[in-house]
Amino acid sequence: MKKISTLDDLKKTGDKGLKSLFPSSVKIVVGMATSGIASGAGEVYEALIAEIKKRKLPYVLTKTGSMGMDFIEPLVDVIEKNKPRLSYGKMTADKVPQLIDQIVKGTIDKIKPIYRVDEEDIIAKREKKQYLKGAVPEYLREIPAMYDIPFYEKQVKIATRNCGIIDPENIEEYIARGGYLAAQKALTSLSPAAIVDDVIKSGLKGRGGGGFPTGVKWQSCVAAKGDIKYVICNGDEGDPGAYMDRSVMEGDPHSVIEGMIIGAYAIGAQEGYIYVRNEYPLAVANLTKAISDARSCGLLGKNIFGTNFNFDIKIGKGAGAFVCGESTALMASLEGKAGEPRAKYVHTVEHGLWDRPTNLNNVETWANVPVILARSGKWFSEIGVPHSTGTKVFSLVGKINNIGLVEVPMGIPLKDIIYDIGGGIPGGKKFKAVQTGGPSGGCIPAKMIDLSVDFDALWEAGSMMGSGGMIVMDEKTCMVDLARYFIEFLAAESCGKCTPCREGVRRMNDILHDICDGRGKVGDVEMLESMAKGIADGSLCALGGSAPNPVLSTIKYFREEYDAHINHKHCPAGVCRALIRYEIAAKKCTGCGVCAKKCPSECISGEKKKAHKINQKKCIKCGICMESCKFNAITVE
Amino acid sequence: MKKATTTEAKTKEIVKKHGRDKSGLIAILQDIQEEYNYLPKEALSVVGEQLEVPISRIYEVATFYNTFSLNPRGRYLVEVCAGTACHVQGAFNLKDRLQRDLEIECGQTTKDNMFTLEEVRCLGCCSLAPVVRIGGNIHPYLTQNEIPGILRNYRKQG
Repeated sequence: MKKISTLDDLKKTGDKGLKSLFPSSVKIVVGMATSGIASGAGEVYEALIAEIKKRKLPYVLTKTGSMGMDFIEPLVDVIEKNKPRLSYGKMTADKVPQLIDQIVKGTIDKIKPIYRVDEEDIIAKREKKQYLKGAVPEYLREIPAMYDIPFYEKQVKIATRNCGIIDPENIEEYIARGGYLAAQKALTSLSPAAIVDDVIKSGLKGRGGGGFPTGVKWQSCVAAKGDIKYVICNGDEGDPGAYMDRSVMEGDPHSVIEGMIIGAYAIGAQEGYIYVRNEYPLAVANLTKAISDARSCGLLGKNIFGTNFNFDIKIGKGAGAFVCGESTALMASLEGKAGEPRAKYVHTVEHGLWDRPTNLNNVETWANVPVILARSGKWFSEIGVPHSTGTKVFSLVGKINNIGLVEVPMGIPLKDIIYDIGGGIPGGKKFKAVQTGGPSGGCIPAKMIDLSVDFDALWEAGSMMGSGGMIVMDEKTCMVDLARYFIEFLAAESCGKCTPCREGVRRMNDILHDICDGRGKVGDVEMLESMAKGIADGSLCALGGSAPNPVLSTIKYFREEYDAHINHKHCPAGVCRALIRYEIAAKKCTGCGVCAKKCPSECISGEKKKAHKINQKKCIKCGICMESCKFNAITVE
Repeated sequence: MKKATTTEAKTKEIVKKHGRDKSGLIAILQDIQEEYNYLPKEALSVVGEQLEVPISRIYEVATFYNTFSLNPRGRYLVEVCAGTACHVQGAFNLKDRLQRDLEIECGQTTKDNMFTLEEVRCLGCCSLAPVVRIGGNIHPYLTQNEIPGILRNYRKQG
């Protein structure tokens, strides 16, 4: 690969990237992030190769990450010269010949695109680049523009600016979209102090959960004494229900690398580590390729951009321990030890990895840095609300129509995320709550739907921003069961070093299990509250410190559900197995016998074509009858 | 005896690849597990000798992290995602169904050594919930009804 050491080199490489992003021949791009592949993008990709070969077409086929619209994956984009980029959802291998037909004929009569993109907003370069020349062709006028559809209308993409657009394995495409320009500017014309100042001005706060001001953290690391310093990227995205960082590492690995180069230069570090979850093999693969490419281009290694600044990055793979998302545990893990955290009064910016000054930031935080440097801290600080600037990426999942990854300006009302972007709750069910902040966070009830989504407002509501998991729940989600779920998770993931967390969380888990299993006693809720305080106050790290949050917030907003479980042995949502029963509605049952055949405990009986019955004594409440019934005749109470 | 020397040689090779660096312990164990599908006792002793680290520390690390297994695993690792999105979509019913159909508990391996059933914290495929990963393949929107057929297919592939 050609060395890049000047601004001119960068421009030349970028020009090559522009040619592949805005090609003169037809280009088809398949979304191949983990979720895309799991939805069948691999088969679509293979089918495209075969079809293009069969028809001997001069088309280019590439891969990209995720645009965020996970609910209609696999996604395929078609780019033709001087025409808008068209995005097709729910593609299958079977539809490929039709799609190719359409491209050849210049129609969209068989498969309709979801949206079109007339121009690309290249945020790091502050410019727009056109796909479309002239007016939108007649046959494409009915297709909405990307930012006119509700899912994208309120989104602002900074951290995920390149995800789903560039080929993550192609450094030229990253550079074409303004990549490494900020690093070049920083290394060749800015002093470390000026960079730290600008990051402070931007108001950027840690996106991994803590929400600590990034620039201030950098400043402390600069001030720390020591010749050898480290920068770390925390890619141990352990919160269940969150995959923002996976998406960035898979879809735009260079944005993280560039952020780290800038950070390392500002702090005076020569070595960096990216710690990635073992559960994310594609992220590891794409980061490895990106680091190796950056090294070949001279963007990592010695004398970057012809300066005397040297910096390189290594990848550390996690091994499945939630606690390693905690910074001191992560550093212990990087040193090859068991990932046990240590007390917080020893700051990692002074005594971090191998006892040396270390600056650790999360994936999304690093990905924001190049754009802040390119566009200025002031520009970034004007997005969002005063104490929560910029944007935040959320994984919007659970009981919601438009499941996916969304990046919104801080301070957006929760309502806009749930109803406009998320498209509301499926099946006409009622929105009950949203859980944010993972196992350290809490639940926000439906009545607080107007809440501003920012660090402070979420904290005041008893939850937290966390890393960005947003799990939507409807009336069929049991809040006691959810609290039990999180506490069980934390009880299993507690490293065991300090007693309040190791023993306390386990006792809370026992009590919650009792409540869900119908053994709840009056006074249990008060006991949970009192234990919560002890655990929060006495634990060594944030895992224990925030462990009671899911319990406290569900008690605060859904106390009546706890009471129903304890006093009436009733689970209002119909989830807790010991407290529910499946029934067959005689009026709806056609007597088809499918449920009886599927039932693993053979507890359903009845004559053919007549309503069946469930023998409650034998029922194990697995729910397969309900899953199998085509007539919605089975209900749960 | 012959097999033992092979494990020893292979382990030494892996340790060497990581520069006999103590901080590389986790990566070394990951490579060993990649090779053998679990961490053989003999390999762990070799790692200890090579890195000059007490065997107790090797076991501390090997038992701390969820990915490591001290027991041989089956041909296919069946990982039920226990992430929040999967949980609210009823992943617990899938886990129970797999336990019943495979006649094992989570953490165990079937008698024919085909499947090892485990629970994984979150696969980050929340948009496809509930999911189960079998032998590295993610099965999206899984229902209990599909499980017997899927397991049959893997058994057929051998």
